[in-house]
Amino acid sequence: MAEPLAPSDLTARLRALTPARVGLARAGTALATTPMLAFQLAHAAARDAVHAALSDGFAAEIAGRPTAAVRSRAPDRETYLRRPDLGRRLAAESRAALETCRGEVALVIADGLSASGIAEHGVALAEAIIGRLAVRSFAPVTIARQARVALGDDIGEALGASIVIVLIGERPGLSAADGIGAYITLHPRIGRIDAERNCVSNIRPGGLPLDRAADQIAALTNAAFVLGETGVRLKLTSDQLHDSDNRGRP
Amino acid sequence: MGNLHVDCGGTRYRFASLAAVLAAASPLRSGDVLAGVAAESEAHRIAARWLLADLPLTHFVEHPVVPYEADEVTRLIADTQDHRALGPVAGLTVGAFRDWLLAADGPEICALAPGLTPEIVAAVSKIMRNQDLVSVARKLCVVTGFRDTLGIPGRLSVRLQPNHPTDAPSAIAAATLDGLLLGSGDAVIGINPAGDDLDTAQTLLTMLDEIVHALAIPTQSCVLTHVTNTLELIRRGAPVDLCFQSIAGTEAANRAFGIDLALLREAHEATLALGRGTVGHNVMYFETGQGSCLSSDAHHGVDQQTLECRAYAVARAYDPLLVNSVVGFIGPEYLYDGKQILRAALEDHCCGKLLGLPMGLDICYTNHAEADQDDMDTILTVLGVAGVNFIMGVPGADDIMLGYQSTSFHDALYIRDVLGLRPAPEFEAWLASNGIMDADGRLSGHPSLPGLALKAISALG
Repeated sequence: MAEPLAPSDLTARLRALTPARVGLARAGTALATTPMLAFQLAHAAARDAVHAALSDGFAAEIAGRPTAAVRSRAPDRETYLRRPDLGRRLAAESRAALETCRGEVALVIADGLSASGIAEHGVALAEAIIGRLAVRSFAPVTIARQARVALGDDIGEALGASIVIVLIGERPGLSAADGIGAYITLHPRIGRIDAERNCVSNIRPGGLPLDRAADQIAALTNAAFVLGETGVRLKLTSDQLHDSDNRGRP
Repeated sequence: MGNLHVDCGGTRYRFASLAAVLAAASPLRSGDVLAGVAAESEAHRIAARWLLADLPLTHFVEHPVVPYEADEVTRLIADTQDHRALGPVAGLTVGAFRDWLLAADGPEICALAPGLTPEIVAAVSKIMRNQDLVSVARKLCVVTGFRDTLGIPGRLSVRLQPNHPTDAPSAIAAATLDGLLLGSGDAVIGINPAGDDLDTAQTLLTMLDEIVHALAIPTQSCVLTHVTNTLELIRRGAPVDLCFQSIAGTEAANRAFGIDLALLREAHEATLALGRGTVGHNVMYFETGQGSCLSSDAHHGVDQQTLECRAYAVARAYDPLLVNSVVGFIGPEYLYDGKQILRAALEDHCCGKLLGLPMGLDICYTNHAEADQDDMDTILTVLGVAGVNFIMGVPGADDIMLGYQSTSFHDALYIRDVLGLRPAPEFEAWLASNGIMDADGRLSGHPSLPGLALKAISALG
């Protein structure tokens, strides 16, 4: 048998290697109070993020132009969580309102499963994308509530857009409750499947920074027009695309 | 097949099919509502249970809920059923079968398994209360083995789950050591990789294999990647102990997972041929979960719990070491809150054991479900009483790669402590010989791992 390793030394070494909750202090076999409450605090932040709503006047104007507020067919958060199908379709009055507008690119800012990240940096991300795609014609930016990713298909179809970019709050984890996912779909129409989209995920100050994300989204958008499709066949090189996994998709 | 109706409380309830009766009889869950198959009212639900209770077990064999011609899972169920094994219960109704299960002893029930079909097991579970699901499951023991022996009564094992968002080997090794020092890891040390590239999987498998062999740990390792990846890893000569795959209860849902029964058979044979087990030769690790068929639009109008039982029929064809229902992972559109997750966990455990499977549960939830750690404590405690074979051990219950909450190494210590449960015997001896646990199963607080472990930790730091 070797010398026993002092528990505090071991804890420090393990913690230096991983952000996972290793080396937690114990009381008997249970967690000590401090790590127990730290977990509850992280979970509370995630829960609050799931149930947070975008404020009433959120982003009335973006890049100097008025936005259009729309809703899905899910009337409230509880229904939204139980019925993803309703979150994928526009309420009738929202659809009718959008049909009077037009534009090549439809940009959607959607609450998704965490309005917190959208409230904090959704507008800045949208403006960064618009700045990078200045040569294209944008429909009025849509602010969508109780929205799933596929609501963008309904929105893009109503606007007669050639492409839709949906910026949506990702399902919060314990370590981050403010991530945004961006989903890009060429020729949006109701019934598009996930394999026909491209995704840039984990967009947040502590994850993929906004500027880099906007670069990738603009590059994917331009590449989609060249290739004539989005989805599994549209790929950027690895330094263009930091992270293309779909984890956390609402 | 018509004429399925029942008069109940002055109302006549009619059902279009056996699948409709099963679905309406199911305790409320959001996934059945989403699929449009749930009972229309509480009275409708109980009427369906009355009707179900009077149906003979043979009815379920004669009327498959998914057509034989259209689905290879139905064909597997029908073609492999051992009618003789049903012996004492062959002539019973579902209601009488529930009564028989509650009165019978464990070996009598276990002997039925080859004769039971998923639909029979699902049907009886729908008229069982939570306590019935506990007391019947508690009588059933399903023992499997690879480098240690799992499922012995009075034992509870843990899958050590050391995931990391970028698959960093040093981070995964650190989480693995943390778990081992807290007595977890006897079911398997199993990594969900963040990516699906083969080189990373091979690197992680090799690292786990080195840890297992350097420390002489009587356990097995697994990288939970697609079965086709595992087959390729085997061809490359990677140290594969177990073959993992997610499975579902219909041919179409399995196709959405990129598998069929022939592929699973090929993977089972290839993994078995490696001959790496010592005390046993169960080499498959399956994961399931209610709602997976609906999420791939392959549910045939059948409720999610009956489909889950059909996934168990797939699992039992390959003699698995571990079957894990990842019960709360799928989200609130399938299981809305702690009550629905608890019910599903008890159903999955009891039904899987009735079909002869070594059931474990990933007692878990996502942040958009109406559930928290208190709900998981309740589910863990009840499943511990029910005799679950294994649970997950995640550092601090927080999976930093998959973004959900499960049970922790500490939760495993809790349930072993309050219920007097012990690790797998070979692993328990290893914990004792390394000073991690004392003879009473308590953490010693000052483990003295062999020199190799210290060297490994130092190299990582």
